[in-house]
Amino acid sequence: MDRRKFIKASLVTSGAVAFGGYSNLYPYIASSISSPYDLVAIKGGEPEAMFDKAIASLGGMKNFVKKNQKVVIKPNIGWDVVPELAANTNPKLVSRIIKHCFDAGAKDVYVFDHTCDNWNRCYSNSGIEKAVKDAGGKIVSGESESYYHQVAVQKGKSLTGSKVHELILESDVFINVPILKHHSSGRLTMGMKNLMGVVWDRRYWHQNDLHQCIADFATFKKPNLNIIDAYWVMKKNGPRGVSKDDVLTLKSQIISTDIVAADAAAAKLFGIEPADVPYINYADEMKVGRKDLSKLNINRIIL
Amino acid sequence: MKVTVLKKIRVAVSLFFFLLTLSLFLDYRNILPASVYSKILFLQFVPSFVKFLSVISLSAVGFTAILLLTLFFGRVYCSSICPLGTLQDSLIFISKKLQDKKARREFFKYEKGKKWWRYFFFALAVIPFSGGTLFFINLLDPYSSFGKMSAHLFRPLLITANNALAFLLERMSLYIVYPFEYKGVEPFALIVTVATFVFIAYLSITKGRLYCNTVCPVGTLLGLVSKYSFVKIAINEQRCKSCGICERVCKANCIDKKTKTVDFDRCVSCFNCFDVCPTDGMKFEYGFFSSSKKSHPKTEIAKACEVNKKEENVNNSKRNFLVNTFVYAVSLTGIALSQIKIIPKKESKVAVFRKNPVTPPGSQSKYNFTQHCTSCHLCVSVCPTQVLQPAYLEYGLLGMFQPRMNYQIGFCNFECKLCGDVCPTSAISSLSLERKKLTQLGKAKFVKENCIVNTENTDCGACSEHCPTKAVNMVPYKNKLVIPEVKEEFCIGCGACEFACPTKPYKAIYVEGNPRHLTAKINKGKKIEQKVDYKEEFPF
Repeated sequence: MDRRKFIKASLVTSGAVAFGGYSNLYPYIASSISSPYDLVAIKGGEPEAMFDKAIASLGGMKNFVKKNQKVVIKPNIGWDVVPELAANTNPKLVSRIIKHCFDAGAKDVYVFDHTCDNWNRCYSNSGIEKAVKDAGGKIVSGESESYYHQVAVQKGKSLTGSKVHELILESDVFINVPILKHHSSGRLTMGMKNLMGVVWDRRYWHQNDLHQCIADFATFKKPNLNIIDAYWVMKKNGPRGVSKDDVLTLKSQIISTDIVAADAAAAKLFGIEPADVPYINYADEMKVGRKDLSKLNINRIIL
Repeated sequence: MKVTVLKKIRVAVSLFFFLLTLSLFLDYRNILPASVYSKILFLQFVPSFVKFLSVISLSAVGFTAILLLTLFFGRVYCSSICPLGTLQDSLIFISKKLQDKKARREFFKYEKGKKWWRYFFFALAVIPFSGGTLFFINLLDPYSSFGKMSAHLFRPLLITANNALAFLLERMSLYIVYPFEYKGVEPFALIVTVATFVFIAYLSITKGRLYCNTVCPVGTLLGLVSKYSFVKIAINEQRCKSCGICERVCKANCIDKKTKTVDFDRCVSCFNCFDVCPTDGMKFEYGFFSSSKKSHPKTEIAKACEVNKKEENVNNSKRNFLVNTFVYAVSLTGIALSQIKIIPKKESKVAVFRKNPVTPPGSQSKYNFTQHCTSCHLCVSVCPTQVLQPAYLEYGLLGMFQPRMNYQIGFCNFECKLCGDVCPTSAISSLSLERKKLTQLGKAKFVKENCIVNTENTDCGACSEHCPTKAVNMVPYKNKLVIPEVKEEFCIGCGACEFACPTKPYKAIYVEGNPRHLTAKINKGKKIEQKVDYKEEFPF
């Protein structure tokens, strides 16, 4: 291919991607997983052991990941801090999830986050880069606008469009792995709030009713599985934290395909009523999921 | 010893220093450990000298080594250690390759030294410097000029290549090369860097090392020292057949075949002449007061001074006009641009003024920083968040291009102290991480009138989210909302709040610089009680 042809070809591809490609690829996907439980809550063990038990009770990872599928895992890697400070998802948990994905036959497992602090330092200091590489997954940067593609958020009230990371758009399976922690403005950060790390322009969310935008985005893309890490929980000074004094060792985990239910359960676990977190209410009203835990079939495991 | 090997050694040594120095500026992934920086830059003359003025330690004596080296062997620095020298040699080499054979043979010829210009530029660098202004020496210092070129020209080129490669691989779903989100550089700094590069490239391609022998203050100083070098290059009159090959390869234009002399204070010791001479007609002369020129060096200086004085009377008006025009142009655009920043937009909120720019952690004070920074922009190159940017007029006209913390572009990463570790002068000193985390560069100021929570009645809190010390905390506000509150004593002025604040065009929170850095208090809250019953039922 000569240079001219190459330039033409790349212009056409990028044009197609920019104008036609992604916007309608992912309408609201209802999860079609058959599982005995709507939600699993587990506590009292190490992150790996808890995940093993919890996912087994949902029928194992093979219920979510099929052979040769491309999986993207989105942990919280937002901050340049060590795992013990509980600002980022526990690397042990991320590693274990990757292992389960590969055991289920996944072709590739990608991990990324659009970080707040410098991404290189977040990836390495959080221990997640190493965990991913050791587990055979691929760690990808979230720090370049070229990875993000404009999509329409059709059901959005405040957020009607956003630039979303291509791994979220292209992967067959999307696993959301937030850490539960205090959040200065979002009250709590967990499942839905974690999705702020898959878009490019977060400032827009802050400008245009943060809570509504969080709920809006959840209508666009529901993760196939939400795994909320509550092993170490930052009880105050979130989402970044100041010191280890902010952290409670709660040794818990919540797994659900319903992102609203997962967030509601995590809020309760934290000690806050779900109704006091505005975005949970909005998402419930918009029928993204169900916040009323009393109507759900919950498997509660104490190790 | 066969002398022609000298050129090969010179080329090897120069490439060694050049590539090492260049790699420091090109390392946009921060692969090199911080400890190698000071070792590689130890011998760079101006940074070392500036450092020596404030820190008397072994780490700052590189320039004396260069002076001694020059006193014995001439201006070896200019051909072997100075990265700008090697850059010029590379440009000369490439342009030679591009020319046909005939033009190549006529490449250089002897020219008289431009003494008057030389001392003018030297004075321009030295006099304001002794008066406490680094502006002119920063523009003329070869290492700092090279730094700016590497940081703002070569580095972006490499990043572009990296990003093109990343784009191609990404099409194949390969994420092994990551694109680098380059945030650009202050336009005026870029313009000056491009202009310097074009000027030096033009001079070197057409006139060889004219820059080094006319404009460069280090070249001039070492030239003065090299008049008394123990070893000097000269022509062996018995052996020389006046063929002039040496003159044609002399980048410094300092060999005159007619008089069979070498003007050694302009010689950069490249040894090209030894390499090409077919009759072994080049030789070394030994002795501090030996003269490679036939005229006497002492009267030479006296003459130069006389010429200097005479010409000064003649050319003063022209020079003054040029300098004045330059200063005017700069200050006019400056005033114009700073006014754009000040005038608030009609529909918008409260305009934000910063009385003092924020200087990087380890710089101690604005005064210390501006007095010791040679604007090489090494810190700008290595800063992982790109928050360090060349100043425009924030430090005043004479502080132009010295870096400042630009919180529109990024913020200071809490766990990072790289700028202090790499700075070759004492402008930014290296801090321990604990100390850096408590060094208060400035204080956050909250402008409630601009805040989203106040104007839109919705939650935001981006500032508090990013705050590493929780000096910015969210407190209850009306309608169950929360609004920021600043506790200045915990603030370290990292600018995370200002960067994250989404209001436009003026931020609702910004950092007012501390002219002298202070120490922040540790934000010690209550420790969370570790009372958990792992056997207790779930609360749902």
